[in-house]
Amino acid sequence: LVAAFLVGLLLFCSPVTALFDRPSYWKGIPLLYLYFFAAWAMFIALLAWILRGKGE
Amino acid sequence: VTAGATGGETALSGSLIILVSLLYVCLLFAVAYWADRRADKGRSVIASPTVYALSLAVYCTAWTYYGSVGRAAESGIGFLPTYLGPTIAVALWGSLLLKMVRISKSLRITSIADFIASRYGKSHLLGGLVTLIAIIGIVPYIALQLKAISSSFSILLRYPDIVMPRHAGNLPFWADNALYVALVLAAFTILFGTRHLDASERHEGMVAAIALESLVKLVAFTSVGLFVTFGLFSGFGDIFEQARQAGYVEPLLQPAVGGYSAWFSLCLLAGLAIILLPRQFQVAVVENSNERQLRRAIWLFPLYLLLTNIFVLPIALAGQLQFPNGGVDADTFVLTLPMARESQWLALLAYIGGISAATGMVIVETIALSTMTCNDLVMPALLRHWGHAPPGQDVSRVLLRIRRWAIVLILLLGYLYFRLAGEAYALVSIGLISFAAVAQFAPALIGGLYWRGGTRDGAVAGLAAGFTVWLYTLLLPSFADSGWLPMSFREEGLLGIDWLKPQALFGSTGMDPISHCLFWSLAANLGTFLAVSLLRAPNAAETAQATLFVDALKRDRPVGGGFWRGRAEVDELIALAGRFLGAARAREAFTKHANKLGMRSASELPADAYTVSFSETLLAGVIGSASARVMVSSVTKEEPMGLDEVMGILDEASQIRAYSHELEQKSQELQSATAELRAANERLLELDRMKDDFMSSVTHELRTPLSSIRAFAEILQDNPDLEQDERTRFIGIIVTETERLTRLVNQVLDLAKIESGAAEWQNVRLDLGELIRQSVDSTERLFRDKGARVSLHLPERPALLWSDKDRLTQVMLNLLSNAAKFVAEDTGTVDVELHKYPDGYLVQVSDNGSGIPADELPFIFEKFRQGSGGHEKPVGTGLGLPISRGIIEHLGGRIWAESTPGQGATFSFLLPESQ
Repeated sequence: LVAAFLVGLLLFCSPVTALFDRPSYWKGIPLLYLYFFAAWAMFIALLAWILRGKGE
Repeated sequence: VTAGATGGETALSGSLIILVSLLYVCLLFAVAYWADRRADKGRSVIASPTVYALSLAVYCTAWTYYGSVGRAAESGIGFLPTYLGPTIAVALWGSLLLKMVRISKSLRITSIADFIASRYGKSHLLGGLVTLIAIIGIVPYIALQLKAISSSFSILLRYPDIVMPRHAGNLPFWADNALYVALVLAAFTILFGTRHLDASERHEGMVAAIALESLVKLVAFTSVGLFVTFGLFSGFGDIFEQARQAGYVEPLLQPAVGGYSAWFSLCLLAGLAIILLPRQFQVAVVENSNERQLRRAIWLFPLYLLLTNIFVLPIALAGQLQFPNGGVDADTFVLTLPMARESQWLALLAYIGGISAATGMVIVETIALSTMTCNDLVMPALLRHWGHAPPGQDVSRVLLRIRRWAIVLILLLGYLYFRLAGEAYALVSIGLISFAAVAQFAPALIGGLYWRGGTRDGAVAGLAAGFTVWLYTLLLPSFADSGWLPMSFREEGLLGIDWLKPQALFGSTGMDPISHCLFWSLAANLGTFLAVSLLRAPNAAETAQATLFVDALKRDRPVGGGFWRGRAEVDELIALAGRFLGAARAREAFTKHANKLGMRSASELPADAYTVSFSETLLAGVIGSASARVMVSSVTKEEPMGLDEVMGILDEASQIRAYSHELEQKSQELQSATAELRAANERLLELDRMKDDFMSSVTHELRTPLSSIRAFAEILQDNPDLEQDERTRFIGIIVTETERLTRLVNQVLDLAKIESGAAEWQNVRLDLGELIRQSVDSTERLFRDKGARVSLHLPERPALLWSDKDRLTQVMLNLLSNAAKFVAEDTGTVDVELHKYPDGYLVQVSDNGSGIPADELPFIFEKFRQGSGGHEKPVGTGLGLPISRGIIEHLGGRIWAESTPGQGATFSFLLPESQ
């Protein structure tokens, strides 16, 4: 989970976000907006996956 | 200012709105009541991890509900860090929050003030300070919720016209609906939170209601989002496309509005707030009923945040497209967009969602704050007033009254702030001011969980420093904005000193106010905390608590009861607890505790440290750990413990751990020793058996000559007239047999001597070749009798050696007679060889007899063993080879045998040249 924390930092609080910070569009939706929500969803999936691995 | 459509047929009357609001609140109360009933029956609804995760979503207040859209309209993607921060921080919950939950469970901690106070030696001062900071920091936040409810009500009242409520401040206070909102909320909170005093301070009903509210606000917000995105527009792409053409999109899609520092500090702030806000601490730690709930919450809670935020940007953009001339506050888009399209039921739903977001926050926050106020501000004062001894009456009702008044007071404070300053600020800014205030708890709390060195003084100093900086850089400027302080304070600095400018301390410009405050306050806080803590070593109480907190996740940590010494009366303890909990409940708790320890009633409990610690923990759940400590020590005679003693106890605990580890090792060693012993025993038994065998064989050997000696002696005795020839022959036989007896006895003695090391050795310089030749000569007759031929293979040079001549001769004779015994009849050949090796001599005696079976070979040199050499019983004592081995090994050499059954055997020994 600590690794997940670092991944989160990288995804959301680093120059990585700057890569998507440009005025391009996919079906009219801004790239940055798409990026954030996709990365967010992936991050949650990652957390859920890690915790499932630990078992109940 | 009006905008949007006009001319709707129906209007939402004020009474309908109020009715719906009240119905909603009643529904909440019904759910809470139902959940409480279920909990009493032992089928708790809030045990479900999903409910737990939903209750965590009390994080999303009206600030999220209305304010996110406002912030999105203003700074675009910049609304996200407030939710990304918690998402990232959640990854650390697995250890951080788990630790906090476990500590709070075992110490019955009921608020964040209690938690921090307890960590640093149960300090009243620290708890009070934390409470004060929390109240000052949170009151604006509560004001914000009141503002949200009252303005959304006003807006909806004008349906279908869209009118911004601008001048609430001008209304007389009795006409201001925010006041009534505050009072209704207070009543509701009192009903929820302070119906009775509970030792564990958990509110199952409230949590269930909060979880429901979380669902309601999510559904309401998503409905509006879906309506806007797919009703007003045809999907996400459409909204962004239209907004782009209108020029709204480009300026919004830059996270770097205030640079990355702003982005990062917002993430940090929100990540800290998610556990440090009193209400978050309340639902996440205090109301947690099972550690396993954390597991699902870790991914479910971020998912909730994600769902809440998907529609924020579309709604913001749609709002700007709908109300292009800026007449409508972006904070109200969630409500005004459905109104503009005359969708009254959706507007009502949006309004209810807003209410649920606001009420949820207010209820939990005020309950948490009232607990803190009661336990950490009022109790210490009361204790001082009582002189450390509570009055005889039942204190629990006093406590409840204190809490109820605290709730009313806090809400009225919120209302006051709303009336005086609430208008000047957008929702988001107020929320962030609160976040920055509670972020000050981070160094003391998180530092205290992982660092043993923190002291009470350090925590107090750090909190005070951080709080002061926060006050100066964030709160006072906001007062300046509201006109309470002259603007010059903000623009020119205190007393006109340039480097004291509140939002550019020491000339540090380029940061937005929040990052600026966060940086300076946390720097001051952390720096002071570390510096002051390092000034002095932690004292006894701090060390004891530090161990409980830092080692909370270790399985075999010492229990709290260890750090107490003194005298106590169980009855007094029960009576004391009874004053706060009610006599019946206190007795019940003690009886349960006694049962757990295997005793029938509470009166059997020993008045030891463990019992005292139990009653202290029990009280801590009601009045906070610091006050509980004072109370309990008022009825017990505690002898103060020095730091040395606490360290001693800790050492003892670790020593016990070490001992148990050692014990484990010892038992393992014992096991292996037992195995060895068993093996040795078996070997002994085997030896014993061999000895028996030998004894019988020796007896047999002895008896044969003895009986023949006796027989011939008797013949001689009975027949005195025996012929001379006969007589001579018989006597000859007697003499031979006697010699044989002597030889046998000698050999046994010899072996015993060699084995015990008592034999005498006389080393002389000798030629090994010469010795072998002599030995062969003296045994020549034996071979001749068998018809065997002996061939000698000796080197030409003399093999000189410093050794015992007689003993070596004995070995050679043994080996040769052995060979003679087993060599084949008539066709036998025996080879005797001597080889020079660099560091010694090798002597080999080989015969071509029947050889030695492979299974006997390893034992051929054992005592009392005789080579069977085939079928017939061999002659000899069975001691020759053991004696030879004893001699050779004494001389530093090695003797061994090789054999191929059927083709003879080779006996070899190796002697070192010098020893």
